[in-house]
Amino acid sequence: MARQRYIQAINQVLLDEMERDKNIILFGEDVELAIFGDTREVFARFGPERVYNTPICENSLTGMAVGAAAAGRRVILHLMFGNFIYTGMDAIAHQMAKLRMMTGGQMNLPITVIAGYGGGRSLAAQHSDTPYPTLMNIGGVNVATPATPADAKGLLTTAIRGNNPTFFLEASGRGGDSGEVPDGDYLVPFGKAAVPREGQDVTICAIGTMVRPALKAARDLEEIGISAEVIDPRTLVPFDEDGIAASVSKTGRLVLVDEAKDRCGAASYIAGLMADRCFHALKAPIKRVTVPNVSMPYAGNAESAIFPNPEKIVATVLSIVNADQKSFA
Amino acid sequence: MESALSQLSNVDEAKRAEWMELYERMLLIRRAEERLGKEAQAGNLPGGVHLYIGQEASGVGVCSVLEDTDFITSTHRGHGHFLAKGGDLKAMFAELWGKRTGICKGMGGSMHVADVSKGILGANGIVGGGIAIAAGAAMGIKVAGEKKVAVCLFGDGAANQGVLMESLNMSAVWSFPVIWVLENNGLSEFTITRKVTAGEFTDRARAVGLPTITVDGNDVLAVQAAMKEAVDRAKSGGGSTFIETLTYRIRGHLEAEDAFLGGYSYRTQDEIEVWKAPDKDPILRFAARLIQEGAATAEELEELDAQVIGQVDEAVRYALDSEDADPELVFDITFSGQRA
Repeated sequence: MARQRYIQAINQVLLDEMERDKNIILFGEDVELAIFGDTREVFARFGPERVYNTPICENSLTGMAVGAAAAGRRVILHLMFGNFIYTGMDAIAHQMAKLRMMTGGQMNLPITVIAGYGGGRSLAAQHSDTPYPTLMNIGGVNVATPATPADAKGLLTTAIRGNNPTFFLEASGRGGDSGEVPDGDYLVPFGKAAVPREGQDVTICAIGTMVRPALKAARDLEEIGISAEVIDPRTLVPFDEDGIAASVSKTGRLVLVDEAKDRCGAASYIAGLMADRCFHALKAPIKRVTVPNVSMPYAGNAESAIFPNPEKIVATVLSIVNADQKSFA
Repeated sequence: MESALSQLSNVDEAKRAEWMELYERMLLIRRAEERLGKEAQAGNLPGGVHLYIGQEASGVGVCSVLEDTDFITSTHRGHGHFLAKGGDLKAMFAELWGKRTGICKGMGGSMHVADVSKGILGANGIVGGGIAIAAGAAMGIKVAGEKKVAVCLFGDGAANQGVLMESLNMSAVWSFPVIWVLENNGLSEFTITRKVTAGEFTDRARAVGLPTITVDGNDVLAVQAAMKEAVDRAKSGGGSTFIETLTYRIRGHLEAEDAFLGGYSYRTQDEIEVWKAPDKDPILRFAARLIQEGAATAEELEELDAQVIGQVDEAVRYALDSEDADPELVFDITFSGQRA
């Protein structure tokens, strides 16, 4: 174990994996100078033979990832901001997600797409989106949303060594967060939720960037005698239905915290699944703390007003936990 | 007569065999697609088909100089490319009939025929969808230092997609071993390309410094010669080439088009007839050349035609006799080693 920042953990995996497997290539915009820090030293270490610092043309880059993978390479594509997933969407939706199926399984497409997502830093509407609901709906691509440096390491390693297209969505605002990271080879399996905090009265299922405010809310709730379990799906595709359902069956209450917009967001999807699977165990309606169906405004106060935060999570939990019925174990 | 006889002596056995192979491949595409057209119009196929009839010399000339290890990306009009690159006729027909013996197990259909073992990275239902894939495949080849090429076959409709400029630029910047083959049939689906296009497509490639070659796309030997030059350049590290093959699509954008164009058309019957004439049709032209140069007799070509039609009949029987696709399969093959 060593303490590492989130972005350092990602950077270390890229360096280690490219060292380990000469078949890996990495390309994307500004990867040479690494504006997020995650590709630092990659170009210097592996050179222009394996690292392409590309022009700004996401529409081709996503298609090229497919072509290079089809030609037998293991591909890491850095798309910088999650919003640029939209600009490169044609080949994502039409080729990356479908080619294996349409060819009857003839192709493996070992592609890891890295992009930073989320708001909270006054980057305005075109650089603050949380695009995973779109990716989830496309079908045919995996989606990982690491919340901690350790999960960043484990999920990225699994993505790179895997044989499927995977979107590894970095929490843009969390690059400086530190945490304990296991040494050596460390893989986190896809489709397996983590439970960073156990509890009895309510399940708070939080995705990616929302895990931290959810944990803060859980600590605040504890002070008023409510025991909240925080569960982090870690990957949205594949999704750990059983893991979340087990937690909800135990607590009987579910609050979802999701930085995506509410309409057709991950929270809405999970709410639907859990209403179906855990109906008889539920003691209260499933609640969602999400971003309303508007794009992120620029002004700091306007942005925070619509952003999920610990206070909103606590208030939402309180709306479904009857203080008289809770356990004071 | 005398000149024909003197040329006859120039066609040695190896060349004769090569030419006959080109001819047979074009004929196979033609007869297979004529049959598909009939079957589609009779409502016997589950989906629509976009036929390559009239353009056979382009795809066959291009693929004639490629190895199985070279890659092609194709278009929604991809049957011809599939067969030209060595794809199996029976497996293609079974695919179009939606059978589990299909080359893509019935999961792709007409617009997505692919055989990765032959370097066919797939026909593509998105106009221009193969462009960046070809650029990426070439990048992959270059990184690995392999002696292969990636060939992007695309139409003039696709040439107006922005992704082409992006990919041309990168192929020039990094000398990717990619060959851009624009099969210019003058038609962008139901629109005359000229009406919606400024300048020449080859100028767009020249703008990024790529060498360009424009050839008569209905002359299989001319296409082959242009491709040889481009493949030699790419495989010797000289980078990308842009080839434009001038051709014409004799059939509609898709076989069902008459049904919904409501009597209107984007072209005249006279124009179509010009391209069907013996001096334009790629197969009739090459047949005349084979006979003229003494590489084959009219009787031999007729015999070959009968054989090819027999192959097509057999492929239809194979498709019809095959078991339907497995509806469970889609869940197992969307991902590798992971159920969708």
